[in-house]
Amino acid sequence: MLEAQEIIWIQNHKTILKNIDFHLLPGECVGLIGPNGSGKSSLLKILAFLEPPTSGQLYFQGQAVPKSVPLTIRRKIAIVFQESLLLNTGVFNNVAMGLKIRGLPKERIREKVDYWLEQFGVIHLSKQSARSLSGGEAQRVSLARAFAIEPDVLFLDEPFSALDAPTKEGLRIDLAKVFKSTQATTVLVSHDFKDIAHLTNRALILLNGEVVAQGPPSELLKNSHKEEVDRFLAHFSS
Amino acid sequence: MEMIWQGISAALHLLLTKDPEVIEITLLTLKISGTGTFISLLIGIPFGTLLALKPFPGRRFILSVVNTGMGLPPVVVGLWVSIFLWRSGPFGFLNIIYTPTAIIIAQAIIASPIVAALTCAALQQTNPKLRLQIKALGATRLQYIWLLLKEVRYSLLAAIIAGFGAVVSEIGASLAVGGNIQGYTRVLTTATVLEVSKGNFDIAIALSIILCLLAYGATLGLTLLQQKQQGGP
Ligand SMILES: Nc1ncnc2c1ncn2[C@@H]1O[C@H](COP(=O)(O)OP(=O)(O)O)[C@@H](O)[C@H]1O
Ligand SMILES: [Mg+2]
Repeated sequence: MLEAQEIIWIQNHKTILKNIDFHLLPGECVGLIGPNGSGKSSLLKILAFLEPPTSGQLYFQGQAVPKSVPLTIRRKIAIVFQESLLLNTGVFNNVAMGLKIRGLPKERIREKVDYWLEQFGVIHLSKQSARSLSGGEAQRVSLARAFAIEPDVLFLDEPFSALDAPTKEGLRIDLAKVFKSTQATTVLVSHDFKDIAHLTNRALILLNGEVVAQGPPSELLKNSHKEEVDRFLAHFSS
Repeated sequence: MEMIWQGISAALHLLLTKDPEVIEITLLTLKISGTGTFISLLIGIPFGTLLALKPFPGRRFILSVVNTGMGLPPVVVGLWVSIFLWRSGPFGFLNIIYTPTAIIIAQAIIASPIVAALTCAALQQTNPKLRLQIKALGATRLQYIWLLLKEVRYSLLAAIIAGFGAVVSEIGASLAVGGNIQGYTRVLTTATVLEVSKGNFDIAIALSIILCLLAYGATLGLTLLQQKQQGGP
């Protein structure tokens, strides 16, 4: 589905990503985990075609992705950030945004928006203004907006980390349900191993811009790695 | 004191009886300043958008020029527009000096930097992450600009009001390029000054009340919009 080869990203003379190889199979949910500043968001932006890598090559659905990414390819992905980043309009319009941008007919938009608001349990907020939502509600709307696009690849950059524990728990359960029913091809970034363990089949550990280990989450915890990796994972094994 | 009370009561009488001359001047003012502001939007919003969203060499310099332009003295604009429109000037052949069109041009020049600077500031203050999110939703360049402008719509309305407020209350340019011709280029500010010079305080006060209402209405509108932008009730 998506492949990255030897990705290097340098900003202001600082090497942020060092030679990263990555691949994503259809229907797979892959986790990216690492401490703050390890380059997770940077890698996600590059994989989601929002930033060009300094060097390296991306392949999407078997085709090499050109330097200037065509709109048709850009429109096959969706991304949800830590902040909900809703526009200052109603909930319905926010979820409809990606579909309007793609020029879908009104009735199709209504169907899809209602469906995804329902899936994330926020259909009752449809007529409210986005400004009036709580953090958890806003993030549900943001997720509905991304799923409504029905992207070929979905990127989630720490979608829960701005939420308090109970809110986060509820959303994680609902998201796991949606994943199960949609089989969405997803890259999930988190600095919390629990999210990764619950939602992904395979995870990569990023440290200082390098992939230092990868595998199924349960095995990552069991196996031993370089000392610094173990030190990072030790936070979660208790 | 006597004269003040007389003036105010006569002014209220003129307003309440809808004195035809006062009405005419008010309508003409609204037409001229409204058109001038409208043209300034056509120039200021695209220009402000360009300054905010498109990095190019010299952008900072141009931005500082535009910001300075916000405080352009209307009488200076009046002077230069006069020079250009003067019968022997470069655009003299148009024959529009001392017409409402000349005032509209001058007022559009006064309001454009205000609208451009405020548009630019509003767009630059949007969350860079939100901009990235809009891009990530698959927006084309035009859709991206459109959605951002919609996002700052209250600031744009504020820019419009600020532009209108500036031109409706200026006198230097209207006088210089319009000539204060009765029923043709006589607007609220120029009429007020004329009536004062003639000692007709009643009509001058009546005109000034209308001018204040327009200016106060603009300020009130700005305040309400700012509250709305901040997500208040
Ligand atoms: N556009 C950029 N320009 C310069 N440095 C950046 C940029 N984006 C990220 N960085 C730096 O790259 C490093 C990794 O950041 P990030 O990818 O956000 O990490 P993470 O998401 O894992 O916390 C940080 O040191 C950050 O300061
Ligand atoms: Mg991050």
